[in-house]
Amino acid sequence: MSIAVEQPEAVVEEHPVAPFLRMDRIPHIWCPTCGIGTVVKCIATALEETKVDVDKVSIVSGIGCTGRAAGYMKLDAFHTTHGRAIPFATGLKLGRPELLVTVFSGDGDLVGIGGNHFIHAARRNTDLLVVLVNNFIYGMTGGQNAPTTPLLAKSSTMPYGNFERPFNLPHLAASCGATYVARWTSLHIRRLTKAFKEAIRRKGFRFIEAIAPCSTLYARLNRLGTGANLMRFYHDHAEIRHGVDPRDVDIGFQDRIICGKFVDEERPTFTEMMDEHYSKTFGDKYVPLPPEGGMIRENSQSGDAAGAASSRREDS
Amino acid sequence: MKTDPAGVLTGAHYLDGDFACGEGAMAAGCRFVAGYPITPSTEVVERISRRFPMMGGTFIQMEDELASMAAVVGASWTGTKALTVTSGPGFSLMMENIGLAAMMETPCVVVNVQRGGPSTGLPTMVGQADMMQARWGSHGDYELIALSPQSPQEAFDLMIDAFNLSELYRVPVLLMTDECVGHMTEKVVIPPAEEIEIVPRKLTAQSPEEFLPYRVDGSYIPEFARAGDGYRFHTTGLTHDERGYPVMSAECQEICVRRLLEKITANADKIVRFDEEETDGAEVVLVTYGITARVARMAIDLARAKGVKVGVIRLIVVWPFPEKRIRGLATRVKAFVVPEVNYGQMVLEVERCAGGQAAVVGVPHGGGSVHEPDDICDAILRAAK
Repeated sequence: MSIAVEQPEAVVEEHPVAPFLRMDRIPHIWCPTCGIGTVVKCIATALEETKVDVDKVSIVSGIGCTGRAAGYMKLDAFHTTHGRAIPFATGLKLGRPELLVTVFSGDGDLVGIGGNHFIHAARRNTDLLVVLVNNFIYGMTGGQNAPTTPLLAKSSTMPYGNFERPFNLPHLAASCGATYVARWTSLHIRRLTKAFKEAIRRKGFRFIEAIAPCSTLYARLNRLGTGANLMRFYHDHAEIRHGVDPRDVDIGFQDRIICGKFVDEERPTFTEMMDEHYSKTFGDKYVPLPPEGGMIRENSQSGDAAGAASSRREDS
Repeated sequence: MKTDPAGVLTGAHYLDGDFACGEGAMAAGCRFVAGYPITPSTEVVERISRRFPMMGGTFIQMEDELASMAAVVGASWTGTKALTVTSGPGFSLMMENIGLAAMMETPCVVVNVQRGGPSTGLPTMVGQADMMQARWGSHGDYELIALSPQSPQEAFDLMIDAFNLSELYRVPVLLMTDECVGHMTEKVVIPPAEEIEIVPRKLTAQSPEEFLPYRVDGSYIPEFARAGDGYRFHTTGLTHDERGYPVMSAECQEICVRRLLEKITANADKIVRFDEEETDGAEVVLVTYGITARVARMAIDLARAKGVKVGVIRLIVVWPFPEKRIRGLATRVKAFVVPEVNYGQMVLEVERCAGGQAAVVGVPHGGGSVHEPDDICDAILRAAK
């Protein structure tokens, strides 16, 4: 006997964030139970719900598993060199100040090879939203030790357990001057999405760490089970403590993961500092780069301090 | 089109080569500069950072040269003309993102005020030993354009050409100057803005729906869309198809990389530039560039006074190399003489192009000073025998 199953009307054929994704590139390359896709979904939802002008949003990634995120998002997307997403994004932002520039990359990329850029962009309070997906390991290259690998966790290059102290990333970001610092895991979908929404509306160097499972390498090398086991671990061991001192949020091997919003303050950005200083110094002689950038346009008439570069920044 | 007058300091000035580079960049419409201090190049960005606030330009001192070059590539994707400036050790660090600029086809300009190397070498003293690094320094196969000025005036003039070439061919363009030209002070005449022709960034007229960032439709250069205009394009340092999507295959590699090479090699005749002097009937042709071309003037006079017929090819565009001209001369002259402030770099190109049909005599110099004219003259006399 066969039963005819009718598709209920409520079934929607398109994924809710499909307009923010390059559906022609799906399926993606991420492993089953990898947490990166969840983080992408959260930021796409945040972009949708904040109703920002998506045409003005850029995403910049470096290299690695998370570095592939730029390639799946239907934004102006830049898949750059290993570790250099932040300086590339700095050029993009300063070249056209009206853009909302997001950096989306992994722990090895942003604070391993790219660590120097990370601290200096935070110090300058460059106006960037930096999303770091932390899976505690170098995934793309096969499970090598990362600057975030917890003490005693195993990796392919620390086969007897890691004896290097890892970074406490919220503390690193906060101490260098980040104006928004939060950490969530890929289990905390609503809270992570809310953090993205908040951070999108802020300015300055905003840093969100998203802890995500790597079952193919980190979990396998450390016999932690599958992705579902890791999600269960996040459920049981994540402690939400908003406003806690970022010095106290480091992550031990299979130890508690303190989540929450640790920093949310306002400080002038690099561009605002520059504008203010030069306006004071030069008065009306100061000509800031306009919001739409310093491109000299073909149709502009020379003689009027040509083109785009002649108008003052709107908010100055 | 004519340039933005805001960046043009029209008049006759007494400037060193580094300042002239900075003035050239501003006159060319450059409005974003990222740099890291390094002798003997820093005066370029010092000049620019003084004048930028009054013309809508942004200078940022980055944490290192890796970051400087990355920021320049990023800024260029907003359509803003972008520059970085360095010397040997910083040039080495920039190689990574010069490769990215080549792969993403990003217009940008890099100045290398060469000093003695290798490594930290001679920070305050002249060298010309990065000429091969300029051509081959980043990994993989790619083509770019490099220029070499012999005076502060030419440093100014070539900066404008450098920006224009980078826009025309969507490649990084390198201005390979040296400490001597950089620190030599001479008269530099900056023309009025209406006499400075620049190539603006040309934005695609296609709609976002039909636009593909690396489609060429039979030409060599894809159309450009900048970030923030609604095109929502993707670009990557990975081997990519015309959509800018990564494709890991030998077939895509062939299409993607071959065009990166051919857009320069197929246009080489238009790009190549050199001064040629008295090569008709010459026994010996001196091939020279940068500061060494100035030093060689006296050597040429000395050799001519001794009855040798000396012709000169002075390279202005160094890469692509004027292969055809050197090949053509090789059948008619006895020898080429190639003095340079290194132990033999561009001389290898001359040898390759001469193909054994003429002798090639290098006049190496390790750096720290320029040649003695007598040494070049002696080489010419030996070559003429």
